[in-house]
Amino acid sequence: VHLSNRTVVINMYLFILGHDIHFHDKKIALLEAGPRKECDHMPDSYSNRVSSISPGSATLLSSFGAWDHVCSLRLKPFRRMQVWDACSEAMIVFEKDDLDDMGYIVENDVIMSALTKQLDAVADRVEVFYRSRAVGYTWPLPSHSCDTSPWVQIELADGRRLQTKLLIGADGHNSVVRKEAEIKNIEHRYDQSAVVATLHLSEATDNNVAWQRFLPTGPIALLPLSDTASSLVWSTSHEHASELLGMDEESFVDSINSAFWSNINHSDFIDTAGAMFRSAISLLKPSGTAVRQLPPSVAKVDPGSRAMFPLGMGHATEYVRHRVALIGDAAHRVHPLAGQGVNLGFGDIACLAHHLSAAAFNGSDLGSLKHLLKFETERQRHNVSLIAAVDVLKRLYSTRLAPLVLLRTWGLQATNALPPVKVRISL
Amino acid sequence: MFDVAYFYFINYYLKNYRYAAICFGRYITHTRLFSTSHSSVDSKEMKKFQLLAHKWWDEEGEYSALHSMNDIRVPFIRDTLLNMSSNYHLGNPLSGVKILDVGCGGGLLSEPLGRLGASVTGIDPLEDNIRTADQHKSFDPVLAKRIQYKSSSLEEIVEESMETFDVIVASEVVEHVADLEMFIKCCSRVLKPEGSLFITTINKTQLSYILGIVVAEKIMGIVPEGTHEWEKFVPPEELERLLESNGFSVKTVNGMLYNPLSGSWSWMESMSVNYAMHAVKSGARGQSSPTDALSESESEQPSATAGTAV
Repeated sequence: VHLSNRTVVINMYLFILGHDIHFHDKKIALLEAGPRKECDHMPDSYSNRVSSISPGSATLLSSFGAWDHVCSLRLKPFRRMQVWDACSEAMIVFEKDDLDDMGYIVENDVIMSALTKQLDAVADRVEVFYRSRAVGYTWPLPSHSCDTSPWVQIELADGRRLQTKLLIGADGHNSVVRKEAEIKNIEHRYDQSAVVATLHLSEATDNNVAWQRFLPTGPIALLPLSDTASSLVWSTSHEHASELLGMDEESFVDSINSAFWSNINHSDFIDTAGAMFRSAISLLKPSGTAVRQLPPSVAKVDPGSRAMFPLGMGHATEYVRHRVALIGDAAHRVHPLAGQGVNLGFGDIACLAHHLSAAAFNGSDLGSLKHLLKFETERQRHNVSLIAAVDVLKRLYSTRLAPLVLLRTWGLQATNALPPVKVRISL
Repeated sequence: MFDVAYFYFINYYLKNYRYAAICFGRYITHTRLFSTSHSSVDSKEMKKFQLLAHKWWDEEGEYSALHSMNDIRVPFIRDTLLNMSSNYHLGNPLSGVKILDVGCGGGLLSEPLGRLGASVTGIDPLEDNIRTADQHKSFDPVLAKRIQYKSSSLEEIVEESMETFDVIVASEVVEHVADLEMFIKCCSRVLKPEGSLFITTINKTQLSYILGIVVAEKIMGIVPEGTHEWEKFVPPEELERLLESNGFSVKTVNGMLYNPLSGSWSWMESMSVNYAMHAVKSGARGQSSPTDALSESESEQPSATAGTAV
């Protein structure tokens, strides 16, 4: 089994396979473009690339000991998530009844480090080729013509050749594996970029709430990193993003605070309509409305932590072919507004690992389409609806048009009042 | 409309019966002329499979139903053996087990068993099948060592393989065999005491005729036409009787059903079409010899058609 290149997702995958008892005598190789990354303790400053890890993903990580490493490095659990509109008072709050952790904000470097450490524990079965790159793939012919090898051949940049029964492509949204396998990808570039930065709050606070406000230009989110620091993810137009990056620190911090606090986009009409709807709900469901809280104010930004990257949506029409499987961003790419990108990838891993383990226990050929198709069906059913929903949300919240604002205002207020719907949404 | 359907049904049924009767007659004559060869191999059956010898490994092709049968027969074999043994390693569940796959064909069942750790010997009378199987396993270095293929009939290996194997698997074979009792006796000879015999085959019922021959062969083309002859299907009662009277104790019998829409197999209560049987050879050694001498003298009489074990 071979995995190409890297993302957080892949390394995770290897464990699962490396630790799986049914993979006891199978050899797994990871082709990793970057150098080996491992640290025993994190630098004082926070990295600007963070992920929101759902409890399900945390369970997956802990099932083979990686979560302990993450906990020993650093992470920030959050208990509440408040999402609200810039054009109205509507908002929705997610929190667990028993005040359990809703999720964890973890720096990507921390996850990578934890995974690398765990990879070492299964070094006898998993071989990592650091700083390697595949330059050519030879696919097997589908119906067995007898004289060619039925396995996938991979040629590395350094001239080495590998062959494998199953090639798993987890090389991000510009996946080379996907392109080489000629799998069509439905993609759409949002004309938005995300600006990330590490921010310092004006005053120390419990900071266990994740904040997200939908501005007409795009959502801005503040994810807690510690009692005094938070991570910024601000999706906005390309021009505005470049402007933000170019600004001096003070103006940047002001823009952030004003984005969260200002009511400039409100209109009387919407406010009144919203208020009416809210009182109607409170008649029917007294506990269904809540008071809108304001996020903590930001005092400064870590120098050098500002960065931007373009956003898009993508979905591969097929996740699998004979002897090939795509997982993570190679298979699907989603807007960060729901914080689900990495979790979708983890879901892919858990599912593929489950099917491959069952196939191995049945003595099947790992690259056989039969069980790969089961993985594809299961994940496509889950992923497509989520990606579509996120895309709809993104478009719905990108406008100032009154009818749509009204629609989303009422929709959000109604959803906030319905616990069953909220439970379904909070992944 | 029903009259027409009924007419066709009767026509096919009778045609098949007549055909079988003719073959039976022809082969009785055939065997009288060559009565010294005692073989469970039928050259007519061999010809059928000759044409498709290179199609074994096309998972969507003629043998797709056999490929998907692995999804239930491999777990059946694996779990039965795991339940019977106390020390095993889940990563290599069949490690140390010596299996004989009789009528292995292209190696469809031998390979998964080999992957689970067993040492498999696959035999098939058709050389082309063995060639296909050998070539397919050659690409996998692990399998190439664990599996050995041989072009041979069961009788031919009996002498050199007395009580050698822990397990014999005869999947979709006994309905192609001429002398079933002799086949079972040979199985008993090469199996170690307390060894397991796994058989999957087709029952001889009206339903198995309709589904197994009319629908599967003529209407839906799930199985190449002419592969099966209803006359040679074996009812589980008869198989059980033959096994029990030849030193085996039948432990499990399960019905199987193929769903042509999903292309998958499942277990079912009723054994009216396909079924799987697990029997264990009795533990006492040396009991087979006196009965063997007796049965050999009896089998000088003409036996029915010879059949290819596939």
